[in-house]
Amino acid sequence: MSIAEKENTIIEDFSIYQDWMEKYEYIIELGKDLPLIDEKYKVEENVIKGCQSTVWLYAEKANGKIHFTADADAIITKGLIALLVSVLSDEKADDILNAELKFIKEIGLQEHLSPTRSNGLVAMVKQMKLYALALKMKT
Amino acid sequence: MFDPHIIRNQFPILKTKLGNYPLIYFDNGATSQKPQCVVDAIEEYYTKENANIHRGVHYLSQLATEKYETSREIIRKFLGAKHIHEIIFTSGTTCGINLVASSFGKTLKAGDEILITQMEHHSNIVPWQMLAEEKKLILKYIPINAEGELILTNINQVINSKTKLVALTHVSNALGTVNPVDQIIELAHKNGAKVLIDAAQSLQHFQVDVQKMDCDFLVFSGHKIFGPTGVGILYGKEQLLNAMPPYQGGGDMIKTVTLEKTVYNSLPHKFEAGTPNIEGGICLGKAIEWYSSLDLKSIAEYEHELLIYATKKINEIEGVKIYGTAKNKSSILSFLIAGTHPYDVGTLLNQQGIAVRTGHHCTQPIMDFFGIPGTIRASFCFYNTKEEIDFFIDALKRSVKMLK
Repeated sequence: MSIAEKENTIIEDFSIYQDWMEKYEYIIELGKDLPLIDEKYKVEENVIKGCQSTVWLYAEKANGKIHFTADADAIITKGLIALLVSVLSDEKADDILNAELKFIKEIGLQEHLSPTRSNGLVAMVKQMKLYALALKMKT
Repeated sequence: MFDPHIIRNQFPILKTKLGNYPLIYFDNGATSQKPQCVVDAIEEYYTKENANIHRGVHYLSQLATEKYETSREIIRKFLGAKHIHEIIFTSGTTCGINLVASSFGKTLKAGDEILITQMEHHSNIVPWQMLAEEKKLILKYIPINAEGELILTNINQVINSKTKLVALTHVSNALGTVNPVDQIIELAHKNGAKVLIDAAQSLQHFQVDVQKMDCDFLVFSGHKIFGPTGVGILYGKEQLLNAMPPYQGGGDMIKTVTLEKTVYNSLPHKFEAGTPNIEGGICLGKAIEWYSSLDLKSIAEYEHELLIYATKKINEIEGVKIYGTAKNKSSILSFLIAGTHPYDVGTLLNQQGIAVRTGHHCTQPIMDFFGIPGTIRASFCFYNTKEEIDFFIDALKRSVKMLK
């Protein structure tokens, strides 16, 4: 599935939820499927900077694709990073860099979009794209 | 008996709906909401009074100047200060502390001691650390106990002849503790030290008389006491302020300027360089006039009642731990729920229309003391109600259920 196709699936998944509770319950569930970061990578340099909750993110390249693993100490944050990982992981660096990620707005998570919001989706997306850029040239 | 429902009508923002939920504003420690009369005063200023002050011969300038200086008098009266020129307009509490650190700080010398407490807001820690580093001063602090109260058993040794300034908060923004400032001021004065009181969290909850209290400096922010943002007050005793060098140089703070030498203006203008926040100053006066007209004693009683009610209710939730259980406490409820992250709880409360603050509240030393990264803080104002607390408790239970 391409990034766009994965995004569409998420939009469809979210469309069945009527209220905030169902939506957040789903986000919390998603966190449980997050490919967890190896404990040895849970170090300061892999933390996405913020003051509200801690998110660790690690990326490696295999077979020309970028593979992400992550963790977070808050479970909603964990669900949000899981959502992004499910869309962007195991894709080519260029595809990650070009991804527009329109689904974030579509599924009504705008409140997490504010660029000033610590550990908001913007900071997570930025970090994932930085990893993609850094690993792009690496063979 | 104080009735919050009548006063609520004066706060238009409290009618806000967030989706299907009415706004429940429990983030009063961060900033207060503004009554209609303050909102009106802001509009009135820009539609009828706007001009630069202390300069013009024209009608508007004189009107704005008169309003600004009237506001200073309202604030003098509110604080019980002896002289109107002891009231310095600043941009807020942080600015007031930095002014004292920079200006009063110039009179200090290497080896002098400054005393703060373990429960200070970062804005009452960092300026002193910067000053201590620059002037080779010694910065000490009064520790806190598990209840979040100051430990004063060694205070007689800690405050000594080397102590030049004690800077402490009246009420802790993270724990709600009301500190025994009178006792500390008396002891400091006996040792020849001056005392700065951070009143950012106290004046909106109870009456303070600076002469009775006998503090040397007192600072607060307008926006936490029903006024606009970007304006605050530094109160200082006349003699001290006169002896201190100016803080910033510029217009309004001078008497005469030649290219060789400047003669500074007298108080309060000496400390008010540049065009001030005129609208803020005038509307802060309006806010304090409005607030002073209320029955402050019954308000304090009512807020205490809210705190007791919320504390009792929240303790019924399994795994709740309250941080800050001082005997003398203002209406701030800081807590954590075992097995949940404050960020998650805050996010889910927000979904239910409830505004609380989560995080370290700019008091990392307190969080370090308790060994926690942060708390969830509900801070109440007299426009809050017991019904809101009931709803908050239900929302909290719902959130915890989702998170566990």
